[in-house]
Amino acid sequence: MGTHALAASRRPSGIARGIVRMLVLVAILGVVLYPLAWMVGTSLKSQPEIASNTGLLPEEFTPGNYTDGWNHFDVSFARFFLNSTMVALLTVVGNAASCLVAAYAFARLKFPLRGFWFTIMIGTLLLPQHVLTVPQYILFKQFGWVGGDWPYMPLLVPQFLATEAFFVFLMVQFMRGIPRELDEAAKIDGASPFGIFRYVILPLSRPALVTTAIFSFIWTWNEFFRQLVYLSDLKDYTLPVAMTLFIDSSGQSSIGPMFAMSVLSLLPVFLFFVAFQRMLVEGINTSGLKG
Amino acid sequence: MALTTAEQPSVRANRASGIPAKRRGSRRGRRSEAVAGYVFLSPWLLGLMAVTAVPMLLSLYISFTDYDILSPLSEVEWVGLDNYERMFTADPSYWRSVTVTVSFALIAVPLKLAVALGVALLLNRAWRGVGLFRGLFYLPSLIGGSVALAIVWVNMFNREGAFNGFLGLFGIEGKPWVNDPSWALETLMVLAIWQFGAPMVIFLAGLKQVPTELYEAASVDGAGRFRQFRSVTLPMLSPVIFFNLVLETINGFQGFTAAFVLSNGTGGPVDSTLMYTLNLYIKGFTDYEMGYASAMAWVFLLAIGIITAVFFTTGRFWVHYSDGDDS
Repeated sequence: MGTHALAASRRPSGIARGIVRMLVLVAILGVVLYPLAWMVGTSLKSQPEIASNTGLLPEEFTPGNYTDGWNHFDVSFARFFLNSTMVALLTVVGNAASCLVAAYAFARLKFPLRGFWFTIMIGTLLLPQHVLTVPQYILFKQFGWVGGDWPYMPLLVPQFLATEAFFVFLMVQFMRGIPRELDEAAKIDGASPFGIFRYVILPLSRPALVTTAIFSFIWTWNEFFRQLVYLSDLKDYTLPVAMTLFIDSSGQSSIGPMFAMSVLSLLPVFLFFVAFQRMLVEGINTSGLKG
Repeated sequence: MALTTAEQPSVRANRASGIPAKRRGSRRGRRSEAVAGYVFLSPWLLGLMAVTAVPMLLSLYISFTDYDILSPLSEVEWVGLDNYERMFTADPSYWRSVTVTVSFALIAVPLKLAVALGVALLLNRAWRGVGLFRGLFYLPSLIGGSVALAIVWVNMFNREGAFNGFLGLFGIEGKPWVNDPSWALETLMVLAIWQFGAPMVIFLAGLKQVPTELYEAASVDGAGRFRQFRSVTLPMLSPVIFFNLVLETINGFQGFTAAFVLSNGTGGPVDSTLMYTLNLYIKGFTDYEMGYASAMAWVFLLAIGIITAVFFTTGRFWVHYSDGDDS
């Protein structure tokens, strides 16, 4: 490939083509990033300016939108951030632990009906979340979990039961790449399946665990439908549910504060992106293509 | 893929050599492995039963009742096929939401995949900075599903939004697109297309696996760039196109957040953004008609199953697998 590309780009037509390609890419990138830049710009515009200035930069720099937004409702956004963070972190722990354990069984252990259960697991990958939420809600309501003492029960319990088949699948694929010779060696040294899990698979699965943790944090942070359905008390709201209050109350007057809170609530995901960009892009690949 | 196929023969060889001694001695080992297997599987099994299977069967039953959440489950009344009948014959909002969802998927998914493939082709060559482009194009896929971004998006296509500012550069007078029944859904389609990064990344991985020799051979045979794309790239990429198509279609049918934000949970203006899942939410969690919502959920599930099956059946005719099937 290298020599091929080089030979092509040495020719003048190749150079011209390269320049055109670059220009096209930069143009597309501009279109893709503009909404984000506009969001940040608008979050700093004053109220009258939002109606008159549709451009990128604020004429009158208004950082006050951020404090206005933060205290816009009876409960401050600090609380919503805290709730979202708690839900996301517990989801990360639950997903990582339960999916790893299930994946180990599927990838490494022989037991009756393994193929059958594996097929079922793959089948649940295709189950639309919204289809499941209706019946789950009915059942959790019977358990007294909906609107119960701790309203996050119905959101979090499933995450500790390896219900995110995507992560189970991702980890199974990863574990298949761990050389079986290591298991055999441990077995000869007298390790039980539990020992092999503890001393071979667990330490070697760290990359898959990190990928799972990052994706499950970001997805939970953005997740809306289930949080909307289960959380009904203002002080329990997570960020996405709290953001909808702006739409309810949306006279034009709150656009600045609303944008400011949008920026802040996207910030953690953006930081994750900056820190783990390569891993996120590759994580999608390993999960998507093999299989 | 390469790893699994490379690994298998050695494992098989191992087993073949060590069989007689091992097999007799390991009966107990195998039983304990089976026990361990179920121990490790137990959280997943419990989840499958308690969070997936039982609720689904329960909701299948409820779909034949008039259950409304507010009254206790013991007082529900069996109504037979009434919910299904109402859905198909007596509820215009149901068909409205089917139309909205199907047209959303039919337009947004192909466009999204076309953009993803186009940009992937532009990024396929290795040069300095390509990773940065790839990452930045992927960024919208990470945040595009959030409420915060949907809020920004809706305002971008409102009267004082950036889009009208852009039109203003050309002297075109814009309008509040999100309040216009004939444009509101389109703004959501653009939002979906904006998130082309995820399928793009998968396309890029697929493009990497196309053997260079094929292009060289085609080039020797006098094939131009377009011909090479049609006769080499597209067929070699067809498994990845197939994968993206199935995934994005299923995702496309489930669009909820942006439609909820645009319409403040109503599906408006004039039901133009009444996605199926939004309608399901309204029926189940606003109107408390859980029996009806359960019926809607089951029909949705069946529809997704049928669509997936159709993809896999027709895929046989256009998806080209270069190496022997190893599944």
